[in-house]
This record gives sequence, C-alpha cells and structure tokens, in this order.
Amino acid sequence: MIDYLSIYEKMHDNNIMLTFKGEVTFDLINSMLKIIESRLDMIEGDLKTRKKVYNVLVECLQNLVHHIDTIDPGEEPSPYHSKTALLMITTSTDGYHVVTGNYIMNDKIEKLKDWLDEINSVSPEELRDLYKKILNNEQFSEKGTAGLGFIDIARKSGQKLIYAFQPVNDRYSFFSFQITIPKNYLQAQSK
Amino acid sequence: MEPLVLQPSAHTPSVNLNPTTGVCEFKGRSTPENSVEYYEPIYKWLDAYVQSPNTTTVVNLQFEYFNTSSSKCILDVLKKFVKLHNTGKEVKINWFFEDEDEDMKEAGEDYSDILEIPFEIQPIV
Repeated sequence: MIDYLSIYEKMHDNNIMLTFKGEVTFDLINSMLKIIESRLDMIEGDLKTRKKVYNVLVECLQNLVHHIDTIDPGEEPSPYHSKTALLMITTSTDGYHVVTGNYIMNDKIEKLKDWLDEINSVSPEELRDLYKKILNNEQFSEKGTAGLGFIDIARKSGQKLIYAFQPVNDRYSFFSFQITIPKNYLQAQSK
Repeated sequence: MEPLVLQPSAHTPSVNLNPTTGVCEFKGRSTPENSVEYYEPIYKWLDAYVQSPNTTTVVNLQFEYFNTSSSKCILDVLKKFVKLHNTGKEVKINWFFEDEDEDMKEAGEDYSDILEIPFEIQPIV
C-alpha cells in the first residue's frame, strides 16, 4: 500500500490549506473559494489580508479556467491529462502562497513570458497606470477576459510574479505560477 | 419605466436601479463566470434611463469584491452615468469601501481618474 502517512505528514509540514489536481470548472472554483473563504475567516484576523488572498485566488482560478489549452484527443502532451490543472494554497510565516500549474502550447509561451516580465519590471505606480490604461482602452478578449488578471495579482499582493515553463514536448510545456500574499505585519514593514 | 432589481448571489451583487428616486445601487460581490452577460440587462436599463432620467441621480457603489472582468463592466456602467452627467443632469457618485480595505478605496480612485469625474469615496460607517 502507498505510504499515506508520509503524504499526510508532507501536506501537514507544508501547511497546505487546499490542494487540487483535476479538471477545473466554474462550479469547482466556486466550491474551492467557499472553502478557502471560511478557512481564512478562522485563521486570518486581518480583513485586508483576507480580502487580498481571496481576490488573488479568484484571479488565479479564473486564469486557469479561461486559459487551459484544449488539446485534441490523441494528442495528449504526456501521459497526464492536458485539461487538468494543479492548484495549491499554503501558508507560512511569510504569508499565503497560491500555486497554479497547467499545460500551455509552446507558441504561446513567449507572449505570456514577456507580459509577466513586464509586470515584474515596473514600479507599483507604473503598475497602477498600466492597469488604468488597459481597463480604459482594451476590449474584452474572445474569452471574455479583460487582460488584467496578472496585473491585479501583482497589485494586490505587492509581490513579484514567480513562474516557470517546463518543456513537455515540441508542442507543449507546463506553466507553473506562484504568488505570495504577505501577512499584514510584513506588509506594514515593507512600506 | 420599471425599476431594475437583481437579487445578490455568491458571485453577483445586489442591484437596485430606481427611476423614480434616481437612486442606483450596486452592492456586494461581482465575480461571475460571464461578466458581460451578467451586466447586459444593466446596460440596457441604463441606456433607457439616460433618455428620461430623474433630475438628480445618485449612484451608490459598495463592492466587497470584484474580479477583473467585472472591473471592465463596472467601468462601462459608470460611463453611462458620466454620459448623463455630460448632458447637464446632476449625478452624484458615491464609492464605499470597508474601512481598512485600501484596495477597494484605490479601485474607486482609479475609476474616478479614468472618468475624470469626482467621486465621493468614503468608508462604510
């Protein structure tokens, strides 16, 4: 039998609040948000931090559901199912960490990477201006997204976006994304 | 003209648009799966209201959360009130935020900047 005790202990040691691997749908997202919201109400006393975590999580999850690449049957990138994604929410003394992982087509990597790098390279004031510019000028994408998700995640968290692209084959890679929402006393210190 | 009243859900705000009093309220969360679809009847109602508005219009926005696709819809809603304001009607926009929720306060400031119209931005008492 698999050593479930060691899996349990690992999850415990990493302070995993919630982890999910599977197909992401809106119903599922809503259930996960509900769970996290009630957990946060119990463990996080600071309203500002609670709201930031919830907000960032909403954007991360909606990113996942809107941008998971549809892969033709018979063209699976690996033995792992392509439409499924990974979500993990953990806590540490630094803050709350939201991690997502999903498959992406290789030809979409460059554009996404440039966008994430641009967001990481600008100051908070420039980020706010960029947000306002896109909010006011850009049209909705075909998927009904506003192109503001990652900017919003960066603004609310005040942190750099951490990411990696791991090649799977000549058409697909795995995109991992991580953001930390600092706990309130740390936000105060960084000001 | 009939009022437009939408009950809140876990992902959508309560909406109360009253043509008789000129008070238009949005309150709660806006994180629907399809924001554009959700806001469509609101746009339609506002387009009709702008044609035959009250002498004064008061807009109360009190969001708890909204996602980025809703943020665009909220801007489009606000643009309709700005249009009304530009016809010379009195339009007052109140943006409420939960005390300490600086992000929501900033969001109100962002809208006010973009629309170049002053908002009354105030904490909920």
